[in-house]
Amino acid sequence: MALAKISSIEGTGVYVPGNDIDTDRIIPARFMKCVTFDGLGEYLFHDVKFEQDGSKKEHALNDPTFAEASILVSGSNFGCGSSREHAPQSLYRAGFRGIIAGNYAEIFFGNSINLGMPCVSMSADNRSKLVSLIEADPTAKILIDLVDLQVRANDLALPVEMREGARDSLLNGMWDPLEELVGASNAVDQVASNLFYT
Amino acid sequence: MIYPYMTSKNLFQKVWDAHTVGTLANGQTQLFVGRHLIHEVTSPQAFGMLREKGLPVRYPERTFATVDHIVPTNEVSEPYSDELADAMIKELRKNCEVTGVTFFDVSSGNQGIVHVVGPEQGLTQPGMTIACGDSHTSTHGAFGAIAFGVGTSQVRDLLATQTMALNPLKVRRIEVSGSLASGVYAKDVILHIIRKLGVNGGTGFAYEYAGNVFDDFSMEERMTACNMSIEGGARVGYVNPDQKTFDYLKGRPYAPAGEAWDLAVEKWKSFSSDSDCEYDDIVYIDASEISPTVTWGINPAQAISIDETIPSADDVSPSEKASIEEALEYMKLSGGQPIKGTPIDVAFIGSCTNGRLSDLEEVASLINGHQVKEGIKAIVVPGSQIVSKLAQEKGLDKIFTKAGFEWRNAGCSMCLAMNPDKLVGDQLCASSSNRNFKGRQGSPTGRTMLMSPTMVAAAAIRGEISDSRKVFNS
Repeated sequence: MALAKISSIEGTGVYVPGNDIDTDRIIPARFMKCVTFDGLGEYLFHDVKFEQDGSKKEHALNDPTFAEASILVSGSNFGCGSSREHAPQSLYRAGFRGIIAGNYAEIFFGNSINLGMPCVSMSADNRSKLVSLIEADPTAKILIDLVDLQVRANDLALPVEMREGARDSLLNGMWDPLEELVGASNAVDQVASNLFYT
Repeated sequence: MIYPYMTSKNLFQKVWDAHTVGTLANGQTQLFVGRHLIHEVTSPQAFGMLREKGLPVRYPERTFATVDHIVPTNEVSEPYSDELADAMIKELRKNCEVTGVTFFDVSSGNQGIVHVVGPEQGLTQPGMTIACGDSHTSTHGAFGAIAFGVGTSQVRDLLATQTMALNPLKVRRIEVSGSLASGVYAKDVILHIIRKLGVNGGTGFAYEYAGNVFDDFSMEERMTACNMSIEGGARVGYVNPDQKTFDYLKGRPYAPAGEAWDLAVEKWKSFSSDSDCEYDDIVYIDASEISPTVTWGINPAQAISIDETIPSADDVSPSEKASIEEALEYMKLSGGQPIKGTPIDVAFIGSCTNGRLSDLEEVASLINGHQVKEGIKAIVVPGSQIVSKLAQEKGLDKIFTKAGFEWRNAGCSMCLAMNPDKLVGDQLCASSSNRNFKGRQGSPTGRTMLMSPTMVAAAAIRGEISDSRKVFNS
């Protein structure tokens, strides 16, 4: 089945402040006791959102104003730590379709692209502008334009960056490489048989 | 090959070229992965995706499984009291049976943390590409392999094709030269490197560790350092193979034997970085600057030496202020105070970073005559059943239990607390593991300080963060 060509993502945004937001924060390990990714959205940022007694903390992610948000805005080195795909899976299953942050930990970035969830990088100054806009107008539509590498919202137009290969994969509907990898099976067998170990 | 015309190459480039299948339409490399290691947390969904697509496991003989994250360390019989954990081990067992993947199950005597099991079985060898759905896969780089932590979709890709789509990394050589002071361990070296280069300083890089300090390190010390590469943002870390590497591997179950051994050693040697090869970056670190190191914050770069004071938000640039304030608030520490003397509640010795035999031997050689302070919970979790067995043969379990430590069964345990070993409330744990993230050790308000196993033992004995050199007069 052909994959969707992803050239832009549009939705309202929510801001999760902080640098170095690690994957344990995105989905604490105790919620990874599962054999499928189904239902992981429920536990997204669990300990950021809830006190230990289960009561809600004051956080944008608990604010009904942002309940429909599909674009997450955060700081630098987003998704550092564990390789758990549970992290982008929980974001995706909670309804997020795009992330705007300073930059990303490498494994998280790759895992997200594999799901067709663009992660674009934006300077700190421009993120501040975007966050001010989200806070002033939570219903503002934010557009992540992967063709022009720009984020637009109301009268803001802010440049973003994304690794070229990843961007191409999204634009051309090739963000999940499985089919192409499987298609090269003869070449794979060739490399395997030439290797010095089995 | 992406480096075909270069006359001299580093190890990363040589291994990459030897395993390149081709270039994908998006420009990424299709890389063959010679060894694939799996565990119960990140593989069941991948097997599920394969079933959904009707794809078989293409090279089952190249994938090896064990169970580590969820295994209880004080209960062996199944079903486990945690139903979810029980479902996970059974799912892995079933997936391995159906697909023909070798499974080092709990009953085999060979089970343990995947990054301890791979090397001890001799599965990890120089010049290989290795992948596992676990970020600490960089550990295997200690043998001169290129080892990647991957997500579950890539576990799927690997099961289906034994290849994955990747971008090549830049290579940064980190040379640590000079003499390490007594009481300074591989853990201190890697914490020092991460502190210097930052928690994301390695993004886009493979780290090649070198210098006389790494030459002199044992294989297990090299594993400790490579293990934490990802904590500095580097997905891959490695040490060029040498005689120590070969000596470690000789005679292990999956190492080549007989005539194949000599051929393999010749081949392995050829993967070492050429003396005149180029690097994208080189960093020099003076070993004499490194002290016993302890983390005070909520990421592994927030580390100081035992004699330093905890950073204050007043002393840093406005951009760093928020991070320091957040860390101090979470850790319930005050900037400007000495780290030494911080009271602890729990002490954990174990993990894929520091749960190997030499880690346990070193601590056991020091704690004789000492006692864990009353009120401190101290646990020792061997990295594998084999580590546990060898340690018991040497009587280490008795030394630990006599000193007041609990001796447990093998697993990841309190490194990430997916099993019953967890912090409670805001307990503070002196831990030989690799991550001090918020909530990492099972309690959303639990606090972690990372350090060497010897420093953990010193903290357990004194009940507070202490200089192990003073506690043990070393």
